[in-house]
Amino acid sequence: MASRAFFMRQVVPILFGIACLLAVVVAIELLIRLGAINRFIVPYPSEIAGSFKRIIVEEDVPARFLLTTGEALAASLMLTVVGISLGALLHRMHLLRLATETWIAAVASAPLVLMYPLFLVIFGRSALTIIMMGFVSALPPVILKTLEGLSTTRVVLINVGRSFKLTPSQLYWKILFPSALPTIFVGVRLGMIFALINIVGVEFLINFGGLGQLVNELAERYDLPGTYAAICFVILVSVVFFIVTERIERWLRPGT
Amino acid sequence: MAAAPNASARPGDGGSASAEPLLVVDDIYKQFETPEGPVIAVDHISLKVMPGEFLSVIGPSGCGKSTLFNIMGGLLDDYQGRVSVAGETVKGPHASIGMIFQEESTFPWRTVIDNVAFPLEIAGMPKAERHDRALHFIDLVGLNGFERRYPAELSGGMRQRVSMARTLASEPKILLMDEPFAALDEQTRLLLGDKVVQIQQQLQQTTLLITHNLTEAVQLSDRILVMTYRPGKTKRIVEIKLPRPRSSEIVGSDAFGHYVAQIWNDLREEASRGLKDDESRRAERRR
Repeated sequence: MASRAFFMRQVVPILFGIACLLAVVVAIELLIRLGAINRFIVPYPSEIAGSFKRIIVEEDVPARFLLTTGEALAASLMLTVVGISLGALLHRMHLLRLATETWIAAVASAPLVLMYPLFLVIFGRSALTIIMMGFVSALPPVILKTLEGLSTTRVVLINVGRSFKLTPSQLYWKILFPSALPTIFVGVRLGMIFALINIVGVEFLINFGGLGQLVNELAERYDLPGTYAAICFVILVSVVFFIVTERIERWLRPGT
Repeated sequence: MAAAPNASARPGDGGSASAEPLLVVDDIYKQFETPEGPVIAVDHISLKVMPGEFLSVIGPSGCGKSTLFNIMGGLLDDYQGRVSVAGETVKGPHASIGMIFQEESTFPWRTVIDNVAFPLEIAGMPKAERHDRALHFIDLVGLNGFERRYPAELSGGMRQRVSMARTLASEPKILLMDEPFAALDEQTRLLLGDKVVQIQQQLQQTTLLITHNLTEAVQLSDRILVMTYRPGKTKRIVEIKLPRPRSSEIVGSDAFGHYVAQIWNDLREEASRGLKDDESRRAERRR
């Protein structure tokens, strides 16, 4: 009985998700073959699938994948540490929060990727520029969501802590932080998306290694199946990060 | 039936004459500033609670019960008067006072056992020892077998029992409860009332219950303090002389019904004032 419940709860959604993905792929293949979608803009999914092996071997995808993943990981770690710290600081310092919250929200929607020439001047044409671009552009959602999570902690939980005479530090680490974790993780995930978009974008723009450069090169060669296959690897980086953050969240905040 | 009118049973008269009161609330006055002007929430309330006594504070919504609860628990300052426990003035949360809140207050990220062991963890007790202690209180509230469950897997009544066990685990001399069963259905409320009576008798726990539920107050209490509607004053204190040990079966008895009717007579007038006040404020807002 328990194994059936586990199967229904854990396995069935995964299988259903894969089936939906396959259905979409088949539908696109059919639409292209029927002429509803231009095959010179969107190649056949079967061609994309066939080009995976080729680009892995010929374009050194594993090294590029690791480079992009490493840059995204570095940016994510930085934005998690700095973003959560700044969010906690704004939560503690009300005046600072009132003075800066709107600006931070405005920065979140600004196209910071356009500032890449400035970052090139500061950090040079290196992986550091790409990491810093990813980090800076992804920081606002982490700060704002940390602030939101801490501010929306239920008053009764804080009162429970106060009634047990918790010190301010205990109140933060035992109640505020765990209570805010789900919202903080929403911010971290959003930040990771922003970071990855910017990292791949800057790799593309400055032609400096990684999957972004590969997408650029394949597109310039008009190798459409290869370009789409490279984009699939970018999506894979995103999927890996989502799975990892989900596991970390469940480990840090069980019971939800 | 022994109902104490204002003249014969003044606030703080309860308990045996020889014992010293454990909790003394002396002439508490609290006023809040609101956009509509100052509102007096608690108007010179005094009471004395004897060791092992179960006292309920009952009054209509908005009469200042929860404000009084927060003052006694040390969660509110900036009030006039004095609260003391065994002669020691309460300034902020006090180790001798345990609080159970109206809202669901378990930590969703902790299992039942870790929730209950929380105050022991804060006190620095080693894990094995605090888990042993926590198991004792989980057993006391009747949640054996649910130790490793998370609050999301429990019913509302069970979660409130977890909160109760957590507060009891800190072994407070006085247990303050602010409408702990308000969010529960009537049947669960009565059964949990039985549990509270049983625990209170077992631990000889001095308990102060804030409620607006008449049945609950009469079922559980030795004395009931009836509050007036805004400003919250003591209307009178009623001594409940129903035999102990009590259970929810007593709800059907004549004596119980008499107490309920008597307190309702006092409360009805105040609740009507509250209702009228509410309606007039709503009408004013509409204008």
